[in-house]
Order: sequence, then structure tokens, then C-alpha cells
Amino acid sequence: MSEWWTYRPEDFLLFSPRTYWRMFELHNAALWPLHVAMFAAGLTIILFIVWRRGIRTRWIALILAALWIFVGWSFLWNRYSTINWAATYVAPAFFAEGMLLLVAFLLDALTFGRRPAEWAGYLILGFALAGQPLLAPLQGRGWASSEVFGIAPDPTAIATLGVLLLARGRLVPWLLPIPALWCLLSGMTLQTMGEPQAWAPYAVLALAAAAWTWAIIRPRRSLPAA
Amino acid sequence: MRTTRRTFLQASLAAAAAAHLPSSLRAQQGQPARRPIPSTREEIPIVGLGTWITFNVGNDPVLRDECARVMSAFFEAGGRLIDSSPMYGSSQPMVGYGLEKLGRPQALFSAEKVWTSSAAAGPAQIEQSRRFWGVPKFDLLQVHNLLAWKPHLQMLFQMKAAGTLRYVGITTSEGRRHDLVEQIMRSEPIDFVQFSYNVVDRDAEARLLPLAAERGIAVIVNRPFRQGALTQRLQGKPLPEWAAELGASSWAQLMLKFILSHPAVTVAIPATSRVDHVRENLFAAAGPMPDTAMRQRISALVKAL
Repeated sequence: MSEWWTYRPEDFLLFSPRTYWRMFELHNAALWPLHVAMFAAGLTIILFIVWRRGIRTRWIALILAALWIFVGWSFLWNRYSTINWAATYVAPAFFAEGMLLLVAFLLDALTFGRRPAEWAGYLILGFALAGQPLLAPLQGRGWASSEVFGIAPDPTAIATLGVLLLARGRLVPWLLPIPALWCLLSGMTLQTMGEPQAWAPYAVLALAAAAWTWAIIRPRRSLPAA
Repeated sequence: MRTTRRTFLQASLAAAAAAHLPSSLRAQQGQPARRPIPSTREEIPIVGLGTWITFNVGNDPVLRDECARVMSAFFEAGGRLIDSSPMYGSSQPMVGYGLEKLGRPQALFSAEKVWTSSAAAGPAQIEQSRRFWGVPKFDLLQVHNLLAWKPHLQMLFQMKAAGTLRYVGITTSEGRRHDLVEQIMRSEPIDFVQFSYNVVDRDAEARLLPLAAERGIAVIVNRPFRQGALTQRLQGKPLPEWAAELGASSWAQLMLKFILSHPAVTVAIPATSRVDHVRENLFAAAGPMPDTAMRQRISALVKAL
């Protein structure tokens, strides 16, 4: 395809908003009551981080690894790809993120200590678990099309960004790009559909970027002058 | 009712007679007007059915049945040409599902596309599309968005020569690459050309539409409502009183009549997921059409709004 510059985001939108949100309804109906277990997994992650007991935090990476692979397979590969052929190219990225998280688990590469602006991490994690599912009923679509952590890609990616904001370790920079890129892609899709909730992934990205920048700058600023 | 040889013969004769009705009589009966495909003089109704976005409903059983009802209403209202593409997600299997459900309507005029940058992958993609539709062969195959157009066109011409395809065409949309479209229209023996044309996007009037008339190429018009943006923009705005003179009772009908009244246009393919809209679209093809002055009036009004 030539003349790429003449294409707008709308030209790549293959489905209607109604079809998109119906897809979540069908997905939720097919997987219910797995949502309860996913919510429990999310709460477990938060509790492990809060307690900061070394051996337990290691399991956070394993839980997230399993969820990324599951969401990539069940949602992107099996469901979203039926209305968006591009999803078949995105699903392997979810698998790759799952593999990276698995490596983080095996190497025990993520640690959770006190971090600058850690409130941002908790806020993002809390939004993924409790805020994102509320967006559907708040916008008049009803609970049936809610996006739930561990079931839908947006809250899974957002929660992962929250966890990574609270984590330290050499693998963190490798774990960040895929969730961040997914938030960007999802925001663009929702914006192109004219959906107000596009602000959610964009706001999370902006907050995460600001918190990361602060976390990098602050230790340097606090260094004594030479 | 039991079908006897006599009733079958009567129905067949009635159908054959209807196919050759003058357009004024067809309009009185609420049937869409027809125009000939220049290369064969075969007549087709001037409103078809597009499937971009609206028919991409995945495996959703509720939405699939809704689309099948749209197809049913389309054929009932006298429609024939359905257009799809491998680019349109699940639209192709959706069309196949609808055709199967409707008992494979004989009226169908199947318009498909080949859309791959690999020349070698073209035949396999066409065969996959044919299986999705569940048809023995396509009436029309078009090179979608001019992607790898040279090798694909040669393949399509070979298919036509071999009798496995009736018509060959090319497509573009949103005013892209009109220079290349024009070059192909001048140099290749294509039967159809498809591009965007509507009440506000009128670039095609300058060169493509006159050239199509001159070269005897049938014209399919896509995005007649700018993918729904024009109808949304005009929603709630009062229709001018003079629209009634054309038998138009909605903005969609008025805008469709603008397109269909261009003499070089063969068929417009609005896409919809609503039964009332598909009926409304076909009804727009049945009544009187605007003359040149009225066309200017429609265009000026919509632009002003």
C-alpha cells in the first residue's frame, strides 16, 4: 500500500463500536465465573507488594506471566482476531510479555521496596482492578461488557504497568514496552471509535511516564553536589 | 402454497417481464432502477450492498442474524450486487452465512476483491474468498486499492478468458491514486472501476466519471455517505421541502439520489446493519432523480450544513 500519509486512523478501523463491545459481552459470558478468580489474583498481587515479604513477591511475576499468555490466547487470538485480523499479529506480543515475566519469575528479578512516587503505581493498579470494570456501566453499556483484569487486555496491561512502577530490577525496562504499547494502541482504537473512555489508557500512560521520569530524576537531584 | 408447473411458469414469466420493465414503470412498482454494465449490457440495480465494517461481526450469533436479515431485506427490495473484500475481517464468512440462510438467492451479483501484495498468493486468496461466500464463481473480482495491480489484473483477465470469472475491475477509495486509476482505465480492458464519490467528495466528476463513460467502464461508488459521517452530521436537521419532489424522505435518500443521478454511475454500495436503512437505500433508486440544477442544489445545501 503506498501513500501511507493519506490514511487516517479511521481507515484502519474494521468494526463498529457495537460489535467491539458485544465482543466483550460474549467473552465475559464465555469465561464467567473466572472473573472472581482473576480479581482474587489481582488482590493477591497488591497484598504481596504491600507486605514486601521477599519470597512471596517472586510469585507476582508468575501470576502476571500466566495472565498475559491467557489473555493473548483467549481474547486476542481466539476472539478479537475474528473482527480485527491485526490482532493475530499482536497476540504473539502478549505471549512474549508472558515469557519475559516468566523469566523474571525464574530469576527472581523483580523486587519491591520503597520507590519514589509509588502512590502512582498503587493508583494505576487499583484502577485496573476496580476502576476499569466500572467504565462500561458508567457509560450506559451495562456490566456485561465490562473489562476485567486477567480477562481483557486493557486492565491486564494497565495493572502490569502499575506493578512495574512499584518494582525494581534489571528486567523492568524489558517488561515495560509491551504493556505501554498496548495502552497506546487501545487508546487509539477507542479514540477512533469515538469512545470517551479512550482517556483511560492515555491517562495511565501519561501518569506512568510522569512517575517514571520522577523516579529517575529524584535520586539524582538528591545527590550532594561534588 | 404448493408450487405447480403452471404457477412456477407464471412466476418466471413475471420475473422475466419485471427485469425488462421501463424504469418509470419499475419506479411505480417500487423496484430499484437498473443500469447496464457497458461491456455486456447486462442490467443491474443501481443500489448494491457494501459490507465494510457493518458485516464484520465475528462469531457473534445475534449480529450475524441481524446482518442476514439485512441481506434478506436487500434481496426482497430488488437488490443484487453485494461487495466485500478479504480486508473486511469476518465480512466474507458473514456474507456466506447470509446466503446460506437465504437459500442462495439466484439474484446475487457477487463482487469481491483480491487484496495481497504477493502476486503468487492471489489465486489462493480468491479461492478462500469463494469458499467463504459458498458460490461456484464470482461475478466480479477487483484489485483492491490497486495493491500489486499488474500481476493481479493479468491473473483476473486469464480467469475471465477461462470462464471462471465474468467481470474484472479495480478499486480505490477516498480519492487516493486517481492518477493511477485513470492510467489503468485508459490502458487496461477492465469492466468495472470502484471509487469514492458523494455529495461533498466530487473529485471523480473531473476525470474519472467522464473517462468511465467514454471507455465503457461500469462505475461502483463506495462510501456514498462518507462511512456514515454525512448522515450523522445531518441527523436532526430538517430535510428541505423540495426533497419531496424527488420522493426523498431522508438525507440518506437525497444524498444517494445525488450520486445515482450521475449518468456514468452504474451502482452505489452503501453499507448498513439496519433493515430499514437497506430498504430506504433501495427505495431511493426507485423514484425520480435530480437534474443538473437540483444536483447542485443538493450539494450546496449539504456543504452549507
